[in-house]
Amino acid sequence: MEKRSDYVLWFEECDMKSIPLVGGKNASLGELLKAQIPVPPGFAITTKAYTLFLEQGNIRKDIFKILGGIKANDMDSGETASKAIRALIESTPMNDDLQDYIGEFYRRLSKKCNVPAVPAAVRSSATAEDLPGASFAGQQDTFLWVRGVDGILEHVKKCWSSLFTSRAIYYRTKMGFPHEQVEISVGVQKMANAWTAGVMFTLNPATGDRSTIAIDANWGFGESVVSGECTPDNFIINKITDEVIKKTVSYKTILYTRDPENHCVIKQDIPAERADIQCVVDKDAIELARIGKRIEKHYGKPMDIEWAIDKDTPGQAKIMILQSRPETVWSSKKVEPVMQARSSALEHICAGLIAGKKVNY
Amino acid sequence: MADKSFPNPHEVEAIPGTEGWERMYPYHYFFTTKDKEREEYENNMFWFNDALHYPEPMYPFDIIWDEAWFLSLSQFNTRIFMIPPVYGVDHRIINGNVYITPVPVTDPEEVQKRAPLFMERAGYYFENWDKLIDQWEKKMRGIISDLETLEIPTLPAMEDISVVKNGLGTSSGYELIKNYDKLIDLGIRCWQYHFEFLNLGYASYVIFVDFCTKAFPDIPLQKITQMVAGIDVILYRPDEELKKLAKLAVEFDLSAQIGNDTKDIKDVIALLQGSENGKKWISAWDEAKNPWFNISTGTGWYHQDISWNDNLNIPMSSVRIYIDKLLGGHSIDRPVEAVKEERKRLISEYRGLLKTDEDIKTFDQLHGTAELVFPYVENHMFYVEHWFHSVFWNKMREVAAIMTEHKFLKGQEDIWYMSRSEIKEALWDIVTAWASGTKGYGPLHWPEEVAWRKGVYKIFKEHRPSPAYGTPPEVIAEPFTVVLWGVTNESMAAWAKLKEIGDPDKVNEIEGFAGSPGVVEGIARVCRSVEDIGQLKEGEILVAPTTSPSWAPVFQKIKGVITDVGGIMSHAAIVCREYGMPAVVGTGQATAIIKSGMKIKLNGDTGRVYIER
Repeated sequence: MEKRSDYVLWFEECDMKSIPLVGGKNASLGELLKAQIPVPPGFAITTKAYTLFLEQGNIRKDIFKILGGIKANDMDSGETASKAIRALIESTPMNDDLQDYIGEFYRRLSKKCNVPAVPAAVRSSATAEDLPGASFAGQQDTFLWVRGVDGILEHVKKCWSSLFTSRAIYYRTKMGFPHEQVEISVGVQKMANAWTAGVMFTLNPATGDRSTIAIDANWGFGESVVSGECTPDNFIINKITDEVIKKTVSYKTILYTRDPENHCVIKQDIPAERADIQCVVDKDAIELARIGKRIEKHYGKPMDIEWAIDKDTPGQAKIMILQSRPETVWSSKKVEPVMQARSSALEHICAGLIAGKKVNY
Repeated sequence: MADKSFPNPHEVEAIPGTEGWERMYPYHYFFTTKDKEREEYENNMFWFNDALHYPEPMYPFDIIWDEAWFLSLSQFNTRIFMIPPVYGVDHRIINGNVYITPVPVTDPEEVQKRAPLFMERAGYYFENWDKLIDQWEKKMRGIISDLETLEIPTLPAMEDISVVKNGLGTSSGYELIKNYDKLIDLGIRCWQYHFEFLNLGYASYVIFVDFCTKAFPDIPLQKITQMVAGIDVILYRPDEELKKLAKLAVEFDLSAQIGNDTKDIKDVIALLQGSENGKKWISAWDEAKNPWFNISTGTGWYHQDISWNDNLNIPMSSVRIYIDKLLGGHSIDRPVEAVKEERKRLISEYRGLLKTDEDIKTFDQLHGTAELVFPYVENHMFYVEHWFHSVFWNKMREVAAIMTEHKFLKGQEDIWYMSRSEIKEALWDIVTAWASGTKGYGPLHWPEEVAWRKGVYKIFKEHRPSPAYGTPPEVIAEPFTVVLWGVTNESMAAWAKLKEIGDPDKVNEIEGFAGSPGVVEGIARVCRSVEDIGQLKEGEILVAPTTSPSWAPVFQKIKGVITDVGGIMSHAAIVCREYGMPAVVGTGQATAIIKSGMKIKLNGDTGRVYIER
């Protein structure tokens, strides 16, 4: 029997070298942790686990047989094949070893978070994700608020089967990418149970100033901020000195939170007494900005980040980074010098004096 | 724009009970409708109250410094360095308060003509900066030494025989007039030198600020200042001297003799004379006095801003604070290395965020020049406003003593209610009466006039001046207006708001400049002058009209500072940044609104102060 680390790996154990085993998404979570960027805790189920599942379930042969029956230019036949393959994967039992590895890691994750049967996001992490032009990311499913070992196992299989959505099949066929070569890993990650959440830019989106970090925050999950349904609190923080240089506390009307019974996200009115309370204390906003700075450094460019302050996790790691992607608006603008170059400081002084200071009071 | 203009200066009426106040000040300082052209000019300019230098109404004598800089600043802009788009700064007085306005060059051709002249002239100064600064310091030391040795002769009943035997040919009366003239001349000359470098200094700073705020629209002004501010500036020296004296006292184990603030300096010195170490300490103390105790307890602009040398209990009290700190095992040293490191880090991080090579080149050029000029911007104040002024006010008190003796004044401190030219005339009255063996006219005139002026002044003081009059401009080029008075969109909006403030007891939020970052809550202690600092308790928030280096030791005791006057380059802001203590400066009104014992919250990030009522 092979060892545990062939099948399940904590995010802490993943890095860029492990992409073939854990896929791009899980590997990057590992990289973020190495850069001291707090992400919600979790683990990866490797591509080897997927392969093992196909072999032990003895279904690989069947899958390719179904794929072989697809007629080119016939969308319907693709659709039928997808349905058949996905049903096959989801109905095939996972072998005991695999169940034990995943179950054990899930229980340990719950313990780590101090939450029994911790709600988790189960996401696929495809190894082909980083192929240029072949954006498989997002083509596989993500399942939120999954609880309990059985639920996890069920949704891991759903992720595996999402390799065979009709779109994914069609896309690979069109790109000439062999179906046999594609593998999939799955990530199981604690759902951030956000007390407060929002977005952060590692530049000022209003001015493009790269010496500042801008944070928008509201109570509850970040959806209310991302969707623009609520005017959030806003912080402008000096990236170099870690000081709050401007702060706007808004009157916040709605929030998203978790329905404790159905474990889904619901929208609520914010009680009046909490509406105009600053939802992130300065200290946390500054800590968040420091993390933003590390993320920017990690990726080497201005970033657009989703974050949350978690209710559950004990200890220091209560700020969690949920998503980060490169900032696009300012980063794609043409860069012009701030001032026309001149031969000496005096030339600048003279030109500056002549221009004067505009006062548009 | 139209509805945003400030009141018409010609429509301001005298405050009841002050009618005729104009005669206290030079005649050309008034707004007039006598001449259409002048009236129109005055209406079209933007006159703002120079509350930065004058938090209180002007005394007829103290206006000497206003006249001095009216001339000096303006001449360097207009006639010496030929600053292309701007002439000088014009002055007026309304109800005892000074209003100023920058005068632009409106003809674009004239601006173009001035540009190459400016390049040549300013260029010479920048190229020879260090050499010229050395020369400046020599000139300043020379003029101060002339001032210190200047004699204000008293008038003897009979001239000494030496006048005859030396064939002198002049009298003490003549000497008095001559030396009074010389005293005034030294003051005016000192202010000539004051601006020799300052205009260029501010211009270099403005352009660096301009670049930084274009490259980093969110950059706080205080960070820009931190990137160029000097670290070993002379203004810290007086405080450093006190620290040295405290260390010496601890080393020699003299803290018992030095005692606490109930003990007068004279008794302390007498006690210390009793031991060898005590004597050594006294000689160190005496050595520090000149020049370092010529530090004003205010800004130095007003005669009542006495220096440490005028009341040695003030520096002694500070030495005691340091001794207590040392005995308590605390370090009293400025965190110089940390400040240097932080400055270096700021420069390299901001520079590192620039996006193009052109920008990096420009940043280096402008930062280099700003850094070159900045020490002067900080240091000149010690020579002029502190050292020179402190000695000068006391020379004037010698003149006042003579006038009091001749019954022209009821007391020495009444002299400040006379202008410098009135004093000159009165001295003529005195010396001619002395020479002719008669009685002067002065006693019939001045005591009564001074009493009236005191009444007017008291009324002036009870009225808050309007922040501005006239028409705001679209462009301001005058470097002082931008840096020193901080005339910006924000400040004009704040002034407009200030117009509307009614009852100070109902105000619960005050706005100023974010002088030093951080937020702190605590009990307020209002100290109107450095003599009040003894009332400060550990952990209180200091509320003061302004602070100067002589206040330095109190920064060891407090946890935040709020001032009425001063920008982010003011003493309070600089020191607070060093101690990592929040400060809100230039609120214009904190001492009028906040009372000792009030619970307040100050936010040094946003420049706001909240009062709990």
